Amino acid sequence: MSDQEDDIVLSELNDEDLVAQMFDDLYDGLKEEIEDGVEILLARDWTPYSVLTQALVGGMTIVGNDFRDGILFVPEVLLSANAMKGGMAILKPLLIATGAPRVGKMVIGTVKGDIHDIGKNLVGMMMEGAGFEIVDIGINNSVDAYLEAIKNEEPDILGMSALLTTTMPYMKVVIDTLIEKGMRENYTVLVGGAPLNEEFGKAIGADAYCRDAAVAVETAKKFMARKHNQMGINA
Amino acid sequence: MLESEITDTILAEVGFEHINEGRILLIACGALAREIIHLIEINHWSHIDLQCLPAILHNDPKKIIPAVKKAVQKYKPEYSKIFVVYADCGTGGQLQKLCEQLGISMIEGPHCYSFFEGNKAFAAREEITCFYLTDFLVRQFEAFFWKPMGLDRHEQLRDIYFRNYTTLVYQAQTKDKSLEQKAKAYADQMGLQYEYRYTGYGDLEFALTKVASFT
Repeated sequence: MSDQEDDIVLSELNDEDLVAQMFDDLYDGLKEEIEDGVEILLARDWTPYSVLTQALVGGMTIVGNDFRDGILFVPEVLLSANAMKGGMAILKPLLIATGAPRVGKMVIGTVKGDIHDIGKNLVGMMMEGAGFEIVDIGINNSVDAYLEAIKNEEPDILGMSALLTTTMPYMKVVIDTLIEKGMRENYTVLVGGAPLNEEFGKAIGADAYCRDAAVAVETAKKFMARKHNQMGINA
Repeated sequence: MLESEITDTILAEVGFEHINEGRILLIACGALAREIIHLIEINHWSHIDLQCLPAILHNDPKKIIPAVKKAVQKYKPEYSKIFVVYADCGTGGQLQKLCEQLGISMIEGPHCYSFFEGNKAFAAREEITCFYLTDFLVRQFEAFFWKPMGLDRHEQLRDIYFRNYTTLVYQAQTKDKSLEQKAKAYADQMGLQYEYRYTGYGDLEFALTKVASFT
């Protein structure tokens, strides 16, 4: 976005300009600059939650929108996500320590037999960038690994990813196990991956298929809003 | 276009046709064109024609379905049999479904890596950390992987993409030392171990022989 990175001293910018610059730096995937920006805002007595929501989430929203609209592509979004990750590494312990509010919590992992994690990682970072707490259980996950993570983390959402036609049916194995154990209704189940489609998501009993990371964020937000509304009605 | 004029770039981006005035049409991935033409020639299958779609569709498998559908609808009136030489290729079973709807058949297998090795043998290996290249993909490595993945511009993404892989397996359809050297160099470039496997045409040859015997 900006061609004048070398001329800008982040610490000399006022808050408004610094946040705008961080939007640009996130877009350009500049991890060190994002880490510096986060440190500067914290030193100016911004709360960790404000840094997350105003600087990082704001910036990642632009990245997410441009990815959705076909302006940015996977390599560039990966760089943005990596920059975001740098900022989140600083903020995460502070957010936990200060009991900052969160939109929701998601356990996410790639299914058994599958080592592909680019899409999953993008979803994780974009969700984190939207204020969700993410527990990433990695690749090649068995039913037991998902169940253990769910038991330990008590998430709102379970996310499953697969890149192979041969591994995507395993998602149904996980969902069927949740049904057998009477746990299915406790979680929103989102699925994604290149060979999947909406029809497959419905057929295996997921709550939604998410075409890409930007759609995953929007879908997760909708389900969380629905959950909060239901809780409000039942209260 | 003469076959001597085929380039891998044409096969990747445009596609190719090999017309014999045959009764049987193969609608195939451009990545398989050289192997299929070779089989047609050595077996004298003059009753088989070939229409190859751009191989680059593989980088967005959802585009394979409408492209195959369009080709089948266009050529179906002219042939007594059409056979699709795409495996599932990341379409999540949708290509199989389309073929069933159109009343045609396709080659078995999840992808060409599997049918080149032989579907049973490939499945038995249960490899999940291997990255595969065929002859075509060795020749087109930059266009199919390195550039679309942004690695020509952002080398720091290499480990993000390949950290879960252990080995680059070069499945060779032909014995070509220069391709072997290239594949080995790509393994080094990706930070992976290298394994060479000569597969020949595997199940592709069996499948096409069966199609060719259709009367």
